[in-house]
Amino acid sequence: MIKFVLMVNRQGQTRLSRYYQPVELNRRATLEADVVRCCLSRKKEQCSFVEYKDFRLVYRQYAALYIVVGVTDSENELSIYELVHNFVEVLDKYFSRVSELDVSFHLTNSSFLKTTGFVLQIMFNLDRVHIILDEMIQNGHIVETNKSRILAPLTALDKMTSS
Amino acid sequence: MSDVVEKTLTALPSLLSLDSQPGSTKLSSTSKLGSLIRGITELTSKHEEEKLIQRELVSIKEQVSSPNTSMRQMKDLMVRAIYCEMLGYEASFSYIHAIKLAQQGTALEKRVGYLAVSLFLNESHELLLLLVNTVLKDLQSTNLIEVCMALTVVSQIFPKDMIPAILPLVEEKLNHPKEIIRRKAVLALYKFYLIAPNQVQHIHSKFRLALCDRDPGVMTASLHIYLQMIQENPEGYKDLTTSFVTILKQVVGGKLPMDFNYRSVPAPWLQIQLLRILSLLGKNDQSTSEIMYEVLDESLQRAEMNHNITYAILYECVKCIYTIHPKSELLEKAAKCIGNFVLSPKMNLKYLGLKALTYVVQQDPKLALQHQMTIIECLDHYDLLIKRETLELLFRITNAQNVTVIVEKMLEFLSTSKDDYTTTDLVGKVAELAEKYAPDNEWFIETMNTVFSVGGDTMQPDIPNNFLKLLCEGFDSVEEDRKLRLFAVDSYVSLLQGKPGNLPQRFLQVISWVLGEYSHLREELDPATVMRLLVKLLERKQTSSETKSYVLMAMTKLCRSGEGVSIAQEVSESYSSSMDTVLRQRAHELQHLSHNLELRTRVLLPGEAGLEPLEVDSSLSFLDGFVSEALAAGAAPYKPPHQRQEELAQAKALSLEPYSLALPISMSSCSITDRQSPTLLSMSSGLSGDSTDLSHKGGSTTLKLDGVKRVWGKEGYLAQREPIEEAQIEVPSPLRSPIQQTETGNSHSPSPAPTQSPEHEPEKQQLASSLFVGLSSQSSVCLMGKSEPMPQRFRKKAKGQSSTSAPTSNSLISLPSTVDHLLCTNLLEKTPELSEVHAAANGTCDVEAALVSHEDSNTPQDLCLSSHLPAELSELFHSEISPLCSTQSLHLSACYVQKEDSLILVIFITNSSDFAVHDVHVDLDSEQLEVSCASDSPVKEVRGCCVAVCQYSLTVKRPSAHVTVAGMVSHQLHIETPQTAQFSYELPLTSFVRPLKVSTEEYGRMWLDFTHDTKQNLTLINDGEEPLTDTLTVLKKKLQLHIVEIIGMEGIVACRLLPDQPCLMHCRLHAGSLAVWMRSSLPDLPDCLMYHCQRSLTEH
Repeated sequence: MIKFVLMVNRQGQTRLSRYYQPVELNRRATLEADVVRCCLSRKKEQCSFVEYKDFRLVYRQYAALYIVVGVTDSENELSIYELVHNFVEVLDKYFSRVSELDVSFHLTNSSFLKTTGFVLQIMFNLDRVHIILDEMIQNGHIVETNKSRILAPLTALDKMTSS
Repeated sequence: MSDVVEKTLTALPSLLSLDSQPGSTKLSSTSKLGSLIRGITELTSKHEEEKLIQRELVSIKEQVSSPNTSMRQMKDLMVRAIYCEMLGYEASFSYIHAIKLAQQGTALEKRVGYLAVSLFLNESHELLLLLVNTVLKDLQSTNLIEVCMALTVVSQIFPKDMIPAILPLVEEKLNHPKEIIRRKAVLALYKFYLIAPNQVQHIHSKFRLALCDRDPGVMTASLHIYLQMIQENPEGYKDLTTSFVTILKQVVGGKLPMDFNYRSVPAPWLQIQLLRILSLLGKNDQSTSEIMYEVLDESLQRAEMNHNITYAILYECVKCIYTIHPKSELLEKAAKCIGNFVLSPKMNLKYLGLKALTYVVQQDPKLALQHQMTIIECLDHYDLLIKRETLELLFRITNAQNVTVIVEKMLEFLSTSKDDYTTTDLVGKVAELAEKYAPDNEWFIETMNTVFSVGGDTMQPDIPNNFLKLLCEGFDSVEEDRKLRLFAVDSYVSLLQGKPGNLPQRFLQVISWVLGEYSHLREELDPATVMRLLVKLLERKQTSSETKSYVLMAMTKLCRSGEGVSIAQEVSESYSSSMDTVLRQRAHELQHLSHNLELRTRVLLPGEAGLEPLEVDSSLSFLDGFVSEALAAGAAPYKPPHQRQEELAQAKALSLEPYSLALPISMSSCSITDRQSPTLLSMSSGLSGDSTDLSHKGGSTTLKLDGVKRVWGKEGYLAQREPIEEAQIEVPSPLRSPIQQTETGNSHSPSPAPTQSPEHEPEKQQLASSLFVGLSSQSSVCLMGKSEPMPQRFRKKAKGQSSTSAPTSNSLISLPSTVDHLLCTNLLEKTPELSEVHAAANGTCDVEAALVSHEDSNTPQDLCLSSHLPAELSELFHSEISPLCSTQSLHLSACYVQKEDSLILVIFITNSSDFAVHDVHVDLDSEQLEVSCASDSPVKEVRGCCVAVCQYSLTVKRPSAHVTVAGMVSHQLHIETPQTAQFSYELPLTSFVRPLKVSTEEYGRMWLDFTHDTKQNLTLINDGEEPLTDTLTVLKKKLQLHIVEIIGMEGIVACRLLPDQPCLMHCRLHAGSLAVWMRSSLPDLPDCLMYHCQRSLTEH
């Protein structure tokens, strides 16, 4: 089960946090700082999972942005690791508007993900990133991974707003 | 690189031009969120951040409450508030506005309103109720997007009590033509199932429809519900196995639309979910497992593509294959798969391989043998996670032959670990292994010394408890016991002579106890020497008051004569005025003992001669009165620790504590009695209540190994080498197999495995042979089954399981000790004024107590009174007739008679005088009962030497474990002044319980209607072949229940509380106990009945 999803930068500033099990507000900052410390201290050749208290952290780095997912011990870490990438691909698809192209093809051939623009988009569209995440994960479970279906509600909202 | 990002922020406006998407936020240099984020990013100190956010919050607060703020602006304000809360600053003033925004906004504004609600509020927040109407409205909207939003928020957060209000609307959406609406409706129902499973029980058939939905998305959503339900009850869904297998086959076969693919793998996360469901269904079930062999084989083959996501599926597949009923062909393939993982140079895969191996070695230890060299490399891996997982793996394959090496490795890791959670976890594991497989006394005691020193005060309290229990209960041989205890004494004495101040409090407590109990075994050791060592402990500032009371207890056992006594007198003198009550109590005992030679000779000199197990009332029935009083006064019924923890876990599931308290026992009730009557049990309970505090007051947790001999260090291990090499002869070829493995492994490895040098360093080979010894001989036969448990060195004796186990688990003190025993009884003799206080007090009478204690129930009076029972009642069961109260001339007694549909209270009024007594009035009143007079005419006059009988019919108004009738009798004797006397009469609730004959169908219907329930695990009566039937029969006999049906592991039972309040019981065998779930329409009834069930089972 997924306990939380975090997006943090290297300075340890939180860019997005979503908890699937209640954590008091005043403890979140400590938890997040701990989590960032855990992940930053890892080297490239070490594995992308860290033990933290009684659960595991799965992290993935995109340029200056770390995406960290807290999971229970019984979770399949590798599948979560790939879920993070799926999430990033969805964000990429939404924010770079390449709906027609094959996304994985696009990813390997473009450097958008590595650009500062990507990070900025996430920062300034906190609400939209949350809406996307809500379509993918609910109550700590993966509920949708199909990219076009994940984006359908949000693009519909965008159309309504602009018309 | 991040610096670049942050620098570009200053050049924002130009960058933002790339954001030209319709509808997305237009950020201008004046955008509030933009400037907030920019501000935050530029800050350098936490203090500045706080100032900035506080300013921001003030400005948001001002604007949200302004009437001129448009919904669009409100949306931006909410995002800013979300941002502030994300950084840890509470913005509770905005919660209500978030709800308003969800209510009044349109499109994206509304969605952000809902989003803010789901981020701000927790499930039990009262403001959530205000959302219900908005959700209701949106669910009925014609705008699909609004319906969608409402369903999304419902599946994230919704007040449990309001589910019925929207349930019909959500159900209706299951038939919606749009897949997204159906899918979200299923997810909403899943949420309902999670928070209130009873509410959605009636729509199980609709879940099946969702599973068969033509849209794969809807089907996927329904799997969440099924995974959950199958976890709870795998038996109930076996018929669906074929469906799940078919679905998986179709997915694997690529029948899904292309957009479900990820990396050209069809719906990988769906595959993983299905594999999890299958492993639950196939566990311990051969016929169900056979259905899935084919598709599992196919999954293994399909997943050959070289990518992380296929490995993730493979891992799940392997786990499934090793969980279900084994098939050798599949096991072979799965093992090969694990081999590839473990040998992979990619760390993520290696980790996953080790994790799979850890899971698999329980079924097949031989597999560990194949990978021994890899495992040994991983033991010294630079990645802590890999190291840790390897230790976990070794823990699973530990046996009597390799225990020393594995424990050594674990202790090595412990000495470098700084994380509290890891320490607590590993220390527990070392203690478990030491207890199970210790090769000799010396090793055991020394290992436990390290456990106590390293584990310190953060370790689980049951580790020292178990250790002492083991020490005192002993093993099969008396001589061995003696040696072990002697060794412990020697080791502790030398520890105390060293630097005891560095030892954790818990360890000192263990040491004190052992020295007090067993130091007499070392005859040449003068008790006074031990006393002096203990005094040194008392003098240390760091010593906690718990430890001090342990020390004083030890001293009471040690002060025999001479110098010891004078030390004891001195010590007790200085602590007899301690502020700590427990300590003071101990000091007084010690003082008393040290001044009384006669008592000392009686208590201490017989030595071990009088070691009888204590009689302990484990059901704590002496507290029943207190409990029922408290219940009647409205106290919450007792919940067992596991239930409380479950509730706690639900309340705050993400535990950030390094570890949690094992047993939050509250013994406050005991400590009250403690001061009044120092009976045997309350003596110990005072301290056991106290000992739960140990874990609160932890000292430092850093490593303190000074003074602890480390004989099992590198040299110690080398000393062990010889026996290990001997054992190696039994192993056919532990060294050849890894080479075989690399040969076979490499051919299928997705990436070239690291070439292992043919000559391993001799050191590693050595380690391998000592680590994996004993595995092969054991595993040669156990591929298909589970290996037999290794013989345990410290097998606990069978004696006294039931009588001693319950109290010892709570407290160290209640371990049998003659000194305690005699001392307590002695003190009790000295305080006679307390002993019989309750019994005679103004005519209170406890029927139950009377039933148990008065063995001579057929006293003449009882016989003669029962002859006065009215004819229509005399045939029925009546309780013992017990006295209520007396006046000068009248004696009142009472009993109750259980009729099929009512309960009659019979009061006998005996006139012992020779004269008639006039104007007799008996008034009854009760808070919990409805009392009505059942006799035709009330008794007015009782003639001399006669008995009059009054009958009252009682029904329960408010259930409570025990119900009481209070009464008053008044009368006039001739013309004298009126006389009155008061009495009270207590009945168990069970006297109002009658069997309820219903069919299983009726039971099922009623079950759904009832809302009040309680769950608890009860003791199982395990002496027969059919524990469930036996247990239920006992309950039936004692509580008059009706057993509706028993199917396999489950039984349903029904009863009614007079006159017609049904209560239903669902019993299930679960992990050696009886999981009981009771339901009724009456609020407190299940709790009260549960209490009686528990009692009758423990009394049985």
